[in-house]
Amino acid sequence: MNKMLDSIPSLPVADTVETIMDWLTSHLSALFSFIQDGGKNAMDFITEMLVAIPPVVFILVIAIIAFFATKRKFGLAIFSIIGLLFIYNQGLWEELMNTITLVIFSSIIAIIIGIPLGILMSKSIVAENIIKPILDFMQTMPGFVYLIPAVAFFGIGVVPGVFASVIFALPPTVRFTNLGIRQVPRELVEAADSYGSTGWQKLLKVELPLAKSTIMAGINQTVLLSLSMVVIASMIGAPGLGREVLSALQRAQVGNGFVAGLSLVIFAIIVDRLTQSFNKKK
Amino acid sequence: MTKIKVENVTKIFGKHINSALKLVEQKKSKTEILKQTGATIGVYDASFSVNEGEIFVIMGLSGSGKSTLVRLLNHLIEPTSGSIYIDGENISKMNKQQLRTIRREKMSMVFQNFGLFPQRTVLANTEYGLEVRGIPKEERTKKAEAALENAGLLPYKDQFPSQLSGGMQQRVGLARALANNPDILLMDEAFSALDPLIRKDMQDELLDLQQKVRKTIIFITHDLNEALRIGDRIALMKDGKIIQIGTGEEILTNPANDYVKTFLEDVDRSKVLTVENAMIRPISVNVEIDGPKVALKRMREEEVSVLLAVDKNREFKGYITADDALEAAKRGEKNVVGILKTDMESVAPDMLIQDVLGIISESSIPLAVVKENKLVGVLIKGVVIQSLASDTEEVAANE
Repeated sequence: MNKMLDSIPSLPVADTVETIMDWLTSHLSALFSFIQDGGKNAMDFITEMLVAIPPVVFILVIAIIAFFATKRKFGLAIFSIIGLLFIYNQGLWEELMNTITLVIFSSIIAIIIGIPLGILMSKSIVAENIIKPILDFMQTMPGFVYLIPAVAFFGIGVVPGVFASVIFALPPTVRFTNLGIRQVPRELVEAADSYGSTGWQKLLKVELPLAKSTIMAGINQTVLLSLSMVVIASMIGAPGLGREVLSALQRAQVGNGFVAGLSLVIFAIIVDRLTQSFNKKK
Repeated sequence: MTKIKVENVTKIFGKHINSALKLVEQKKSKTEILKQTGATIGVYDASFSVNEGEIFVIMGLSGSGKSTLVRLLNHLIEPTSGSIYIDGENISKMNKQQLRTIRREKMSMVFQNFGLFPQRTVLANTEYGLEVRGIPKEERTKKAEAALENAGLLPYKDQFPSQLSGGMQQRVGLARALANNPDILLMDEAFSALDPLIRKDMQDELLDLQQKVRKTIIFITHDLNEALRIGDRIALMKDGKIIQIGTGEEILTNPANDYVKTFLEDVDRSKVLTVENAMIRPISVNVEIDGPKVALKRMREEEVSVLLAVDKNREFKGYITADDALEAAKRGEKNVVGILKTDMESVAPDMLIQDVLGIISESSIPLAVVKENKLVGVLIKGVVIQSLASDTEEVAANE
């Protein structure tokens, strides 16, 4: 029995993928290096800006935003002050700023790509049938796998980190946008149609406003997922808190690993609560 | 003038449409067709026309295809076959742009669950139709406010729909439709989600409104009382087919088949039957010619104890009783003028039975039915009660 199975020659899947990758990297290298350079410059600039802000000012601004975003409650504001002071105290401030840049960039790119994709999916069953399995694929693939093409395209550094994070963090925004628009009550869609709305009018005046809170839930997920990619992205040289976790892991420094990990958790909680409260407010 | 004309319109949902059509021709039922082909019959071979300024009610139970039919009229659903004409134009042949123009300018829709946009204020909701037409902000606000003013809702213009009661929300829905100033209003179970008292108010308001603005209204309902109350004409639907079209009275007095008849059973008949439906042929004497003996003979022949009295123009004069006629005959009187009584109430033939029930229950004698002073019939207590309780055939037989 085994002989029969063994007689089938092994399919060259890995080779094929590699050939495609080789082709892409050799033919599009100019484009990739342009993105790599441009992206790196832009992100370095943002990080430098963030680092240039005095930490006290930064912490106060976050606390004030938290205070007003949570309907003038002190909980999140106090948590932000204590948490950020702790990170500063542990000497991880610059790493935090790097992480923030990475999260901001990958989230924004994921949202810019994800919302139109979600809209497309909600409008066309064909698009949904094509995109849905791709999203499933993207979400079930371990995040590490995305590092390989990222390195192949962009080398190492922060840009491939963003690339991998975007792929990893994209699906929730797409899915929730699709879901949100499909959940708009049929009667309201009919009302929009029956008054002679064009497709764009219906989308902008009825569907997106009604789907907003669902889409925001998706964006919240996307931001948190891109944050969770920070450690993995550090493997290909993306700077930030993730790199601290990674180096602690490599040197078996439990204490340092704990501190860096805790800093990530603090930052994640602040980001999560803030994005959620923006959603609730409206 | 014909405003909307629907010709042989069929809508089948799902796949295997052609095989489903064949089964429909073989008179298979909706469930059988669903089982065999997986296709659902929405509307089958519907044809009717609606006149300008008419309230045309489409009535049927849920699943009868009435909501599909109304959505075919503005092409929210595209027909499988058949044509729909609005003002003589075939909308099935229109492109998207032309269809939008029709929807924006000619017809507005009112929805069962109001269809208001929750994130928009009452005013912004009312403005919606004008907004998508690209009418400048100032002008559309003015028009929308005028529409809200007419509905008595102007004070609520900055509130959100969820802050209003159901009845008020539907008034907003109606105001939004009217702000567009359409020729045609499509009302899909517009009052069905409201509780009965509010529903009645809304029906009255709609009728008042219709007096003023004269729109062509297509009104969908599953409630026969509502249909009879507001409809100029009614189309009854079952399993996607139109079974009968006619005025409320035509349908009540002459149901097309058993299905219509069962549908009618729970109607409160007193609200729709008129005196004309329940009156019988009057037995009368001519006060100018006939004497008491003739009157007595006629009473004996017809087995009645009261005769209605008319003159030679058949104008109603009063009545005579058998006892009086007997005495007059004994006294040898030559005519019945001396025994004529005039205390009989008269009613008009187009009055509702409901409205004369009070009079007839207090009166020991029949009521004369008089149209333009002429005697046209007589209303007898027993027959009225029978007509309220009975099958329609008996009423029809009495006519």
